[in-house]
Amino acid sequence: MPRLLFEKKGNAVWISHLDLMRLFQRAFKRAGLPLTHTQGYNPRPSVSIALPLSVGIDSSCEILDFDLDGENAANGEIRERLNQALVDGVRVLEVYNEGQKIKFLALLDCVVSLEYDDGASDETVSAIQGLFGREEVLVEKKTKSGEIQNQNIISMIRRIMVSRKGQNTVELRALICCQNPTLNPMQMVAAIEKYLPDRKPDFAKCSRLEIYDNNETIFR
Amino acid sequence: MTELINRILPTVQKPARYTGGEYNEIRKNPDEVRVRVAFCFPDTYEIGMSNVGMRILYGVMNEMDGVWCERVFAPWGDMEEAMRANGLPLWALESQDPVKDFDMVAFTIGYEMAYSNVLNMMRLAGIPLHARDRHDLKGIVFAGGVCTFNPEPLADFFDFFSLGEGEESTVEIVALYDHAKAEGWSKEQYLKEVSRIPGVYVPSFYEHQYNEDGTLASIVPLDGAPGKITKRIVENLDNAYWPTKMIVPSTEIVHDRANLEVFRGCIRGCRFCQAGFSCRPVRKKSPEVLYRNAVEMLENSGNNEITLSSLSTSDYRGLKELTDQMIPYCSEHRINLSVPSLRADNFSRELMEKLQTVRKSGLTFAPEAGTQRLRDVINKNLTEDEILTTCANAFAGGWNNVKLYFMLGLPTETDEDVLGIADLVYKVIKTWKEHAANKKRAVRIHVATAYFVPKPHTPFQWEKQITPDEYLRRCRLLKGHFYSKCIEYNYHAPDLSRLEAIFARGDRRLAPVLEEATMNGARLDGWDEYFNYSIWFDAINKCGIDPDFYTTRGYGEDEILPWDTIDVGVSKRFLLRERHRAQEGVVTPDCRHGCAGCGANCLLKEVACDA
Repeated sequence: MPRLLFEKKGNAVWISHLDLMRLFQRAFKRAGLPLTHTQGYNPRPSVSIALPLSVGIDSSCEILDFDLDGENAANGEIRERLNQALVDGVRVLEVYNEGQKIKFLALLDCVVSLEYDDGASDETVSAIQGLFGREEVLVEKKTKSGEIQNQNIISMIRRIMVSRKGQNTVELRALICCQNPTLNPMQMVAAIEKYLPDRKPDFAKCSRLEIYDNNETIFR
Repeated sequence: MTELINRILPTVQKPARYTGGEYNEIRKNPDEVRVRVAFCFPDTYEIGMSNVGMRILYGVMNEMDGVWCERVFAPWGDMEEAMRANGLPLWALESQDPVKDFDMVAFTIGYEMAYSNVLNMMRLAGIPLHARDRHDLKGIVFAGGVCTFNPEPLADFFDFFSLGEGEESTVEIVALYDHAKAEGWSKEQYLKEVSRIPGVYVPSFYEHQYNEDGTLASIVPLDGAPGKITKRIVENLDNAYWPTKMIVPSTEIVHDRANLEVFRGCIRGCRFCQAGFSCRPVRKKSPEVLYRNAVEMLENSGNNEITLSSLSTSDYRGLKELTDQMIPYCSEHRINLSVPSLRADNFSRELMEKLQTVRKSGLTFAPEAGTQRLRDVINKNLTEDEILTTCANAFAGGWNNVKLYFMLGLPTETDEDVLGIADLVYKVIKTWKEHAANKKRAVRIHVATAYFVPKPHTPFQWEKQITPDEYLRRCRLLKGHFYSKCIEYNYHAPDLSRLEAIFARGDRRLAPVLEEATMNGARLDGWDEYFNYSIWFDAINKCGIDPDFYTTRGYGEDEILPWDTIDVGVSKRFLLRERHRAQEGVVTPDCRHGCAGCGANCLLKEVACDA
């Protein structure tokens, strides 16, 4: 199945996962690229997005698999036609004939920005470094069935760098597990709020930068 | 640092409805436009973006040189709270600029229970509520939509109203503003001139005087204002603007599909229905133009569903020709074609079978009344026979779900009529037993009753509304006669419909009630989550208003009505005649079986009424 790499930025970060699927289905239609449909009582156009992205997080490394219905456009042309039909903030970067199996997708390189309105301090940086240097940091997670579980997030962080960016921001740059198990990057913020309540940021946001397989080779 | 709005967005539900940026949104350079219009819909994004009228006028205004029209919707409660906590004024989606900085603020108002949203949006925008407190030409506030056929409860808050269809008049209104702004006119000068545009009603040019019993004594036009304002219509729909490059929302809305209006007006004349009378005369659009519009809309939007809309789509003469063209196109492009509000005639049954997309779950009838006698009174020409025949066919074809909608409190209704609803429902169940394709699957009958609200510009505009207690008694009476487990009966709580009745036939003395209720937190009244009757009840009491005056009292036939200044084409004489026929239980055949002489054809100069 062909695959495309796209980014989701700017105002488009507020579009939810389900709405984004619909948005792509319509964009394919507007671009004159008919999709095949799923079988069944309620056929749906076949598009699927690898890692659902939470609302508010921007990304340069989203993966979408699709299947065209008897259309033989070249990959570059598919990209151009889709970009004409998409909204600001959602842009197709590359189209591939075939992608790696989704099950090999393992790691996410991301950056979390912690904003401190009264200024970020070096003490905060070292306190956060100390926190992620521990053996165990437990954060509550709601499972699909709705129960609350305590999850040790340290085992899901392969690498993390904490640094100050300008007057007001502390940046976490982390390589974390994104599939089996999955760490939502915002859980790192929840850990700071829980363990370092005095260092709770006034606002936090996150960006996905790149995705990798388990050997840290870029995943496509 | 992240700006305030981007800090708020992650904390609210469905943030995409506040950001704009959808496909086909219209952006212009503010330095290159002369008139900026904030077009406000007094409900949430999901409701407002489903409104065809708003999409038409958005396109019409943005086609104008030097004009940029942007959209504004009511925020959901969580966003409203965040806006108030952070001092964020209401903004327009396209530019994200505050509404208070716009030249013109326009509202489209489709139902009475949005009035609190209108006022609340003005408050959130930081616009003074009363027209008399707004002194400049800039920030002039006007409204259109079906509620403006009796705009009196809103008269204090609006500078003017645009009555009827806005494709042409809106252009005239905005162009005049463009001229006025260039010439540096005062607001007074603009109002004087805009009132000369046909269909424009400036409420401050009229004085309403009352008798001691509270009824209207006179409506006095001031300074030579016209005695009657006639609504505007578009005569030739084939030549009228139709938006084929519509905004495609990035988040799901209520009617998430392309919507094509096939004709305007209605030939039916159900005596309770405001749209049926106030949207006359009947004007057709040709199947060729409609097909072209449909293809363009679908190609430009990427929608996978299109609906053919109108007040009664079965009555569109070109329906066969249009669907014969559309069905092949839609099946080739995997598009669902939906044709709602079909009547139970033979062609419609054939069409339903051809539209394979029709899910086997839905079959909806609105008999409105339980006995033929009462259906004759309201002129709803749907017979028991038609309902049962259609049900029999549908059940044989595998359907097993029927929805039946009724009203309680219709004029002349007795307990016998109420129990007639139960009878009809049992006949539907009996029909199912006789015809069901698969009797192992149970039939579900959903019955819903609404509380009748008399509306202006209908033959029932003079009628009494029954009391809430009497309405509930009739609901309980009916409920007591539903024994079968396959019946699900829902009835609307009476509070909302009582308020709707107050404002539908309200006058200018209700303005303080609206203001008081809004100040005390009334908003989003169409939503169960937010509707709070006690706010309204307190406001009505505090303002010394007697709700019964507008509801259970009924209006006298020789009484001056608050909406008498407004002419929707249908004559008062005709409405009165229809009222008397209702009282005698005499039906009036639909307009195709002979013109009943409603008077709306007088609005036409170029073409004849297509009834």
